[in-house]
Amino acid sequence: MSDDKGPEFWRWTESNWVNPDIRWQEAQFLTGGIDVGSVSSQAVIMADGVLYAYGNRRTGSDSQTSAQDALNFALEKTDLIQEEVHYFIGTGYGRVNVPMADRTVTEIACHAKGANFMYGPAVRTVLDVGGQDIKAIRCDDTGKVTNFLMNDKCAAGTGRGMEVFSDLLGVPIGDVGARSFEVDKEPPPVSSTCVVYAKSEATDLLRKGWAVNEVLAAYCAAMAERIYSLLERVGIEREFAVTGGIAKNIGVTRRLRKLMGIEPLKTTYDTQLAGAIGAALFGLALCRKGKSRKT
Amino acid sequence: MITAGIDCGAKNTKTIIMKDGTIIGRASAPTGFDQREAVKASLTAALEDAKLDREQLDHIGGTGSGAMSIEEADIKVNDIKSIAASAAYFFRGAHTAADVGAEKTRAVKFDENGSVEDFAVNEKCAAGAGAFIEAMSRALETKLEELGPLALTSEKSIPMNAQCAIFAESEVVGLIHARTPKKDISRAIHDAMAGRIASLIRRIGVNPDVVIMGGVAYNPGFIEALKRELHVDRVCIPEKPEFGAATGAAIVAAQHGR
Amino acid sequence: MLASYGYSDGSGAYFITVDTDKCDGCGECVGVCPGQVLEVIDEDPNDPFRDGPIVVVRKHKHNKIKDDCGRCKPASCRPPLPCVEACPNRAIAHSW
Repeated sequence: MSDDKGPEFWRWTESNWVNPDIRWQEAQFLTGGIDVGSVSSQAVIMADGVLYAYGNRRTGSDSQTSAQDALNFALEKTDLIQEEVHYFIGTGYGRVNVPMADRTVTEIACHAKGANFMYGPAVRTVLDVGGQDIKAIRCDDTGKVTNFLMNDKCAAGTGRGMEVFSDLLGVPIGDVGARSFEVDKEPPPVSSTCVVYAKSEATDLLRKGWAVNEVLAAYCAAMAERIYSLLERVGIEREFAVTGGIAKNIGVTRRLRKLMGIEPLKTTYDTQLAGAIGAALFGLALCRKGKSRKT
Repeated sequence: MITAGIDCGAKNTKTIIMKDGTIIGRASAPTGFDQREAVKASLTAALEDAKLDREQLDHIGGTGSGAMSIEEADIKVNDIKSIAASAAYFFRGAHTAADVGAEKTRAVKFDENGSVEDFAVNEKCAAGAGAFIEAMSRALETKLEELGPLALTSEKSIPMNAQCAIFAESEVVGLIHARTPKKDISRAIHDAMAGRIASLIRRIGVNPDVVIMGGVAYNPGFIEALKRELHVDRVCIPEKPEFGAATGAAIVAAQHGR
Repeated sequence: MLASYGYSDGSGAYFITVDTDKCDGCGECVGVCPGQVLEVIDEDPNDPFRDGPIVVVRKHKHNKIKDDCGRCKPASCRPPLPCVEACPNRAIAHSW
């Protein structure tokens, strides 16, 4: 979407990895999870529920190619071929266009399942804020969703909303978080939820003599409040995990932490893999249940 | 009796001067960042237009989202009431009116005397207000006043998926990249906006002769799309539709002063 | 599971929540909805382990339910909502 915009908040490097400790030939079930998002696509291969390989790439212009690209990238460092994988599950915004998928599962279910794996079974509330949506999920100790909502209608609180502000204020998106704390006193949050109106409000504040950092702080605070209100709607329960691009913006996450009074859990896994890992785990569970391929 | 009606809106501040039920002067000033200044400028210009002095006004009615900044007003008029009074004044027999403002849309049902029976409001979201079309005209790099006529030349209806003005901007850019003709994009923009306004109007009931006011009423692309959405052959648009609420405030001020 | 479809924006929050533990996918709600907002699908896309049909908000309606449900929500009064009333298991709720 914003390829031509230079450094951005969602910036990350394409990467692939293979687990050297695993001999895939010994696994009973090899399952793949492919998460095609609006910005990035991930493919993971799990051997009996252990992460074996992954590939993480930028989503191209069409979902089918992006899915295949991510998978090829995941397999690149392995001696595994696609045909050896028993079951593929497609998820994410482009899930209906994942050609190798035996089945699709929503990103909601996959994120909860993936978070349960990555952060442990104590996770009850999962937040995922991407470039274009907000997902608030509550789950049980098995990673099964108990309550969720997804908001992709309105830009408020999403990465896109933050991009609009970074453009307006001429602050590179990667600097927004840090600069939002370079203020003498925390200003009140921008009052408009709507990004269009928040923009005019910000212009008005600048005209009144507010410093750029103060406006950034006011917008980060508004984003935190917006996200908090959506989390409250599904009910906030300990423990709490954050996935998606928002995890990289401390301007929002620190303010959100303050509102919630809960420290988010940490993980050694790349948080971008949550959906794909969840998908691969569903694939494994379905294999074990003896569910046949749909094809 | 001579009254003034001042409507301090998000974008413009409009003033109407009325003498015994006839409009004798009007003026508009951009609201900008200082509502009080805008009100002064608008009122002064309207008085000049009517060739009157401030002292000759019996009453001043103030309305709109910035009504609290109208210090000159001795009567504060609720914006819903202004719209009803104005629509009943311009179109006898009409019972439904919608005022599509820059940041807020109000739909009102009223009786033959212009008394409010029911209303619905869309606010705090640009998708259902004039701000949506403005944002789209920027994304399409087409002047706002050219956007509506451009839509009329399209014969193809393409759906817009994005509801949010911010996401719709990206969708419009995507359509431009996909070489979709501008006229078809323009129609899609107006269809999307009209669909939302129509759903607001339907919540109070569509009676024949729907009155549309607010600056967006000048936009023929929007009006055509709204007629399609409401399944009506015509809508009623007052002369100078942006002065709709201001006219209503002047009327209510006169009623109060009686 | 409480599955909430819809959105919140500056003007308010508009969610339809389906309790998937109560819904048996009978489809009574689908027929009575004048906005064609709901549909029954064979498998729950949010729960691969759940067997049996389930009602969901149609994908292309997620972002428009404030508009499409508007006809059942006149400004002046709040008659009972057809989808909520039709459900024998009381599985559907509206947030607004």
